[in-house]
Amino acid sequence: MTEIAGGDRPARPVRRRRPRAPVLEGPARASAHVCQAASCLSASSDQVFDALADQVTQAGLTDVAVKRVGCLGLCAAGPLVEVPETGRLFERAHPDDLSGLVDALRAVTPGATPIPPAPFFARQVRVATENSGRVDPEDLDDYRAHGGYRALETALHELTPAEVVDQVVRSGLRGRGGAGDPTGRKWTTVAKASGDQKYVICNADEGDPGAFMDRSVLESDPHRVLEGMAIAGYAVGASRGYVYCRAEYPLATARLKTAIRLAGRAGLLGGSIADTGFEFQVELRLGAGAFVCGEETALIASVHGGRGTPRPRPPYPAVSGLWRSPTLINNVETFATIAPIIRNGGDWYAGIGTETSKGTKVFALAGRVVNTGLVEVPMGITLREIVYDIGGGIVDGRPFKAVQTGGPSGGCIPSQYLDMPVDYESLKEVGSIMGSGGMIVMDDSSCMVDVARYFMDFCREESCGKCIPCRVGTTQLHTLLTRICDGDATLADLAQLEGLSDMVKHTSLCGLGQSAPNPVFSTLRYFRDEYLAHIQDRRCPAGVCPVVDRSEAVTT
Amino acid sequence: MTTEPEGRAVAVATAKLQAPSDDKRWRIVDTRMRRAGRRPDALIEVLHSAQEAFGYLDTDTLAYVAASLGVPLSRVYGVATFYSYFTLKPQGEHACVVCTGTACYINGAGGIVAAIRRELGVRPGETTPDGKLSLLSARCLGSCSLAPAMILDGEVQGKLTADAVLARLEAL
Repeated sequence: MTEIAGGDRPARPVRRRRPRAPVLEGPARASAHVCQAASCLSASSDQVFDALADQVTQAGLTDVAVKRVGCLGLCAAGPLVEVPETGRLFERAHPDDLSGLVDALRAVTPGATPIPPAPFFARQVRVATENSGRVDPEDLDDYRAHGGYRALETALHELTPAEVVDQVVRSGLRGRGGAGDPTGRKWTTVAKASGDQKYVICNADEGDPGAFMDRSVLESDPHRVLEGMAIAGYAVGASRGYVYCRAEYPLATARLKTAIRLAGRAGLLGGSIADTGFEFQVELRLGAGAFVCGEETALIASVHGGRGTPRPRPPYPAVSGLWRSPTLINNVETFATIAPIIRNGGDWYAGIGTETSKGTKVFALAGRVVNTGLVEVPMGITLREIVYDIGGGIVDGRPFKAVQTGGPSGGCIPSQYLDMPVDYESLKEVGSIMGSGGMIVMDDSSCMVDVARYFMDFCREESCGKCIPCRVGTTQLHTLLTRICDGDATLADLAQLEGLSDMVKHTSLCGLGQSAPNPVFSTLRYFRDEYLAHIQDRRCPAGVCPVVDRSEAVTT
Repeated sequence: MTTEPEGRAVAVATAKLQAPSDDKRWRIVDTRMRRAGRRPDALIEVLHSAQEAFGYLDTDTLAYVAASLGVPLSRVYGVATFYSYFTLKPQGEHACVVCTGTACYINGAGGIVAAIRRELGVRPGETTPDGKLSLLSARCLGSCSLAPAMILDGEVQGKLTADAVLARLEAL
């Protein structure tokens, strides 16, 4: 699974054979963008593309372009086809029924005003995902036609490495992988670190259940991530980069491989990029299904080919990382944001968002919400706007109960905070975290004790076993939570749950263990009555848990 | 500690070994190792190739990979058992991976797993006695918009119900 760009291997065919799109005669009057990201593909959008290409050809529409694009965002209604000239989005397209779409393409008149976008799109601000649904992820020329690799060329030709770092510092960008550390500070540290060999790693081990931002970015716009990495390499003085991607994302890895090969052949990766003498090789590494490998020291151990177990920090990877060299590790979304920052300047990016949380954030909206999909919003937007205006509210009009952010490291935010702005500080204040961007909406059919147990089960299984608080603690916490769900617990168990959670939080080696009790803390904070209902009344208010009422059995 | 700073240097010393059998699939594994320069840090990549070729990793495979890359067998075994993607048991004819990520869970993935267990008698990680079906579970396939979702023989299927899943599995 290793592909090295710009190597001295002979040229091979760069991609699988793809059915041809209709040949255009002159500029396109109208175009159809057919989503080819994983969600739509699983609903046969490849067949939609083939059928549409055939029908457009048969109809003799030689001025209509049919194009494969990345994620169009509204995954719930796939397969999606967009006609950008009119702004119309065709939902649930079927290969056997495309006549309406062909008619719409035939009727497009030049210079027509596009219809206003649906609320799902209107509230979004696209930076990291600006090319999603616009460019063909497997076509380098198309990416370049949309301004691709121009930021890299600008950086190489016009800016010094220090000036690039300065732009990132000015942008106020914070790590989008979850912790939210200032990206500029990381870059500065690695740039200043001494060492002949430095590395850049893109963390694409998106392990949080319920999060698919990185997958979507890699599937929709892989070149942008590579461009961000190359700019980072130039800024910090690294000549090698690794993308560590989870094996569960076959489409994303395939597109990354294609992108690495195409960019290498075009001289945009590899030796002497854009004839400047700057060298940057990128290699793809596959994970193998270990959540803990999202932690940076565990990730490095995994790139070394070993078990993905973390080690204590310091030294931080910025000082001593891959092969004990200074290593810059950023998340996919962080790298995807770099090119626009260099293109438009750090101050432009800092102008979006709030005082402490600049810019935009991509969220994967899922759960019991109508419009599930991928959204990018400015920091500071309220949860209500995301759930109701963009998300279209709760499925079947049921009552909203909570929104879960940050996956197994985060927490559940109840309805009283719906009008809270979404930024790093506010989320932390209410007991959750920004996390990587998973946002699971829950209605009254979810039991919060069961949700806490679900996440603890996840952490228990994913604990690497290196440190005792996490290995044993998560198992014990899971046992206690199961006892509560089953209606076998006492108030003493609840006290023990709280005490043990606190211990695991403070004594675990890495972020996995330290944050594992977070879902317990936040559900206890806002839904303590549900815990008490399970323990004292032996009943599950949401009707999820198999609580057995043993009190009667005892009395009779 | 898994850090191997001198890993690149070690690799040169390791020569090509004789594959355990004349099965042609060993060539895939050999090619992968050769491309990676037989570096110890290519272990995970090589195990991916071996599992792709043979469907699972048996003791012979682990021993051969260990010897070829110059990595202790204990470490190869450690890696193969640490990562949930690798399996040391032969898999059934068909593979069904039920997603148990958060979005799928709150949309009823637990009921699907329970229904399969009730009707077909297999739990995640097990294969039916006739070797027809292996049931696996995954922590999020990233197809949260299609929750609850599963991958049946490499194809993502979404918006499932327990009855629909059972019907599809019985039709195999």
